[in-house]
Amino acid sequence: MTSGAEDGAGGEATELTPRDAANWAKHVTTLRLGEVPDEAINLNVTGKRLVGPIQGFGKLWQKTYRVELTGVETTPAAAIATWKQAFGSFWPDSGRFYGPLTSIAPGDVALLNISVGGGVKLSTGILVLYADEESFTFMTPQGHIFASWITFSAAAAEEGGVTVAQVQVLLRANDPLYELAMPLAIHRREDRFWQQTLTNLARHLGVADPAVSTVAVCVDRRRQWSNAGNVWHNAGIRSTLYALGTPLRAGRRLLAGDERSGRKG
Amino acid sequence: MNKETGTMDVRKVSGVVSVVDIRGDVTAGSEGVLSDAYGRASTPTTRAIVLNFSGLEYMNSGGIGMLVTLLVRANRQRQRLLAYGLNQHYRQIFELTRLDEAIGIHDSEEAAVAAADGR
Repeated sequence: MTSGAEDGAGGEATELTPRDAANWAKHVTTLRLGEVPDEAINLNVTGKRLVGPIQGFGKLWQKTYRVELTGVETTPAAAIATWKQAFGSFWPDSGRFYGPLTSIAPGDVALLNISVGGGVKLSTGILVLYADEESFTFMTPQGHIFASWITFSAAAAEEGGVTVAQVQVLLRANDPLYELAMPLAIHRREDRFWQQTLTNLARHLGVADPAVSTVAVCVDRRRQWSNAGNVWHNAGIRSTLYALGTPLRAGRRLLAGDERSGRKG
Repeated sequence: MNKETGTMDVRKVSGVVSVVDIRGDVTAGSEGVLSDAYGRASTPTTRAIVLNFSGLEYMNSGGIGMLVTLLVRANRQRQRLLAYGLNQHYRQIFELTRLDEAIGIHDSEEAAVAAADGR
């Protein structure tokens, strides 16, 4: 389920190792996904390049979701350790995270299946770009709804010292179709998704009545028309076509099975 | 939530190019320091800001995110953002995050300033 790069580039060991060296994923050009469970739809990950806010199409947004872990004896490092350990279990039911079984480490690649309505599951993925004791960051591939970096972190609040868990997303919609859907549905779904995730995490850690705050800032209103061609990789379209082709594939499998049993008989 | 990190000094090397010398840690906590440095580096005649990473000791993903917001500010003013002094490790991070597609990376201050001047 995890795996890494098709072409890691190793540097010469002529410099002192920086303090953060172990926290970053090794350089990759395209993603490669390992084994995934049979029930998962594995599309739009292997062979895709990573895209960050610079490669996206739409307006640049910074969205910050926070929850105070009030009344809980924990530290930022302990909260992040718990989050990494069972990351997918805190997701709402609409999303499945097929990631590493043990924890989250730099260079891991995970498959995501997200229900988008009409029985269609959008299949995409993430790379764990960075991870340390108090934070970890995902970067998205071509075709994902967002060209983004998503950072999960915990820190002690300046006042009172209570631990605060946070999700911060720096994103552009990846292509014009996603950008069109941002005000119609995607912003709302995205907000609900991370609010629910933080609520689930806080409840798991023992917070009785978690309250999640949301702050969205439009950092750049300009759209990057030079990246409009990203639509070719649109995982929503590709996942929908895959779903439409399901009866056809089932029919083919059935026919192939009949032929095999006919030959045996 | 973020403690302030890093120090940044500004040098104007010509009427159109300013250099920001970055030292220490670059994290989300450097936002105020970097914003202040950008404010000092950017004048109505500035066409390029060169970031000197020779003194960089540590950078996390929050620091990378902050560079994107700096890039947006610079682009809004029609300024180019360039960098030099990145060691092999940080060059690879710029490539991995594809920041190098928007921030020109050079081997030395001379090369970066020459590129900024369009020489």
